[in-house]
Amino acid sequence: MLHIHCPHCGEHREEDEFHYKGQAHIARPLDPESCTDEQWGDYLYFRDNPRGLHREVWFHSAGCRKFFNVVRDTQTYEIHESYLIGTQPAGSGTPDSDSTEVQAS
Amino acid sequence: MQRYSALGLLTQGLRHHENWQRVWRNPTPKKHYDVIVVGGGGHGLATAYYLAKLHGVTNVAVVEKGYLGGGNTGRNTTIVRSNYLWDEAAHLYEHAMKLWEGLSQDLNYNVMFSQRGVLNLGHTLQDMRDIQRRVNANRLNGIDSEVLDTQQVQELVPIMDCSPNTRYPILGGSWQPRAGVARHDAVAWGYARAADALGVDLLQQTEVTDLIVEQGTVKGVSTARYGDLYAERVGCVVAGNSGVLAKMAGFNLPLESHPLQALVSEPIKPILDTVVMSNHVHGYVSQSDKGDLVIGAGIDSYNGYGQRGSFPTIEHTLQAIIELFPIFSRVRMNRQWGGIVDTCPDACPIISKTPVRNLFFNCGWGTGGFKATTGSGHVFAASLAKGEMHPLAEPFSMFRFHTGALVDEHGAAGVAH
Repeated sequence: MLHIHCPHCGEHREEDEFHYKGQAHIARPLDPESCTDEQWGDYLYFRDNPRGLHREVWFHSAGCRKFFNVVRDTQTYEIHESYLIGTQPAGSGTPDSDSTEVQAS
Repeated sequence: MQRYSALGLLTQGLRHHENWQRVWRNPTPKKHYDVIVVGGGGHGLATAYYLAKLHGVTNVAVVEKGYLGGGNTGRNTTIVRSNYLWDEAAHLYEHAMKLWEGLSQDLNYNVMFSQRGVLNLGHTLQDMRDIQRRVNANRLNGIDSEVLDTQQVQELVPIMDCSPNTRYPILGGSWQPRAGVARHDAVAWGYARAADALGVDLLQQTEVTDLIVEQGTVKGVSTARYGDLYAERVGCVVAGNSGVLAKMAGFNLPLESHPLQALVSEPIKPILDTVVMSNHVHGYVSQSDKGDLVIGAGIDSYNGYGQRGSFPTIEHTLQAIIELFPIFSRVRMNRQWGGIVDTCPDACPIISKTPVRNLFFNCGWGTGGFKATTGSGHVFAASLAKGEMHPLAEPFSMFRFHTGALVDEHGAAGVAH
């Protein structure tokens, strides 16, 4: 059972209160019409799948119903930190070069 | 290879089973192979076997970092069926089904393939409409499939709660009589033994640390144990680790690795003689020949490589099983485990050439790879032997995520995702 800290509620809660929403920091192309098939396919379908630290979006579906980001180790399942959408993690997790923030929906 | 037979068993029995041959060799690798298959699970071993048997390519090595069949091949719930909606997927899985039907004889190894039928339940009107559509599509593709109503479901599985008073009443289901289960370990061992007998080198405890790529062409693999091994063609069949290997070769795959859990109960007397799956309450169950109930459901939602799962998923799975079978409510669970499945965005596999010449990938089988072991190995072997993709594999190119020609089985097939 993961214990996830919701930065909105300021509390650790059990994982069944949350929904996992996939990789964080994915920038939607500013002008989708001008994307090549390759760029659009990459945006839609290609995700990081690291064995190790992973930055991901979680949704507090049975709580405040807000989104936030988490840095979690996909091997040990240890959660390093939770942080708000639109910010970068404080310590762990290497920032992406293309990390324009986009609110997941 | 020592052939297995009833007479052989009797003679060996009289000698206290002390003279059985080793099932496969433990060879010293050569420096150069025609084909190297990375990954010694069911799919990789099947690939090696069909390469040697059907295409005369016997200078083959299977490189496995752990032991043969030690990954998802030995961790799944052993269901075999082919009732997929879309033509591309249906043809591939039905191809596999036909190979399953003669597999024990072909390998001279009892894989305990038991065609006890698979029942996919419908609990809502929409479920039933989807089932009718899928059954019709199956029949057009020559796959045995029927729509059953509640009464017929109850007759098939008398112990299931088919009353209208449940939270999600059973309105009917689809039924594939030729589907069933097989002994998963035996499939890996059978393929390994038969491939070894045809001259394939099975290299266990040999982790691939890098792919040797020169000027856009793969030349071989670097291993921790035996150094560099060279090959004309390399096929990667490494399930959850596909992304890691793709990265070594310098490209990405649209895969995400998730834990998928399964559990078995204590052994009980025979009570369930078919496989029951429900997408709506989300669980599936069959009974093994040993007597334990084999139970599974969907993947854990988050990415993970931990080969263990989360408790809410187990709870959810067992709620579904108890909903269907109140009679199982006091059966105790014996073991629970997780495998790492590599899921594709469209829930179909990738059997494909790659941007690197002579490097082929067979991955992304997600939650449903076991049933395809035979067919996957068969078409991948043909592709590796000829250097061109087998016609059944062509729709499953990794480039479909850029062309947009997805085979969207997610939620369309009787797939329990």
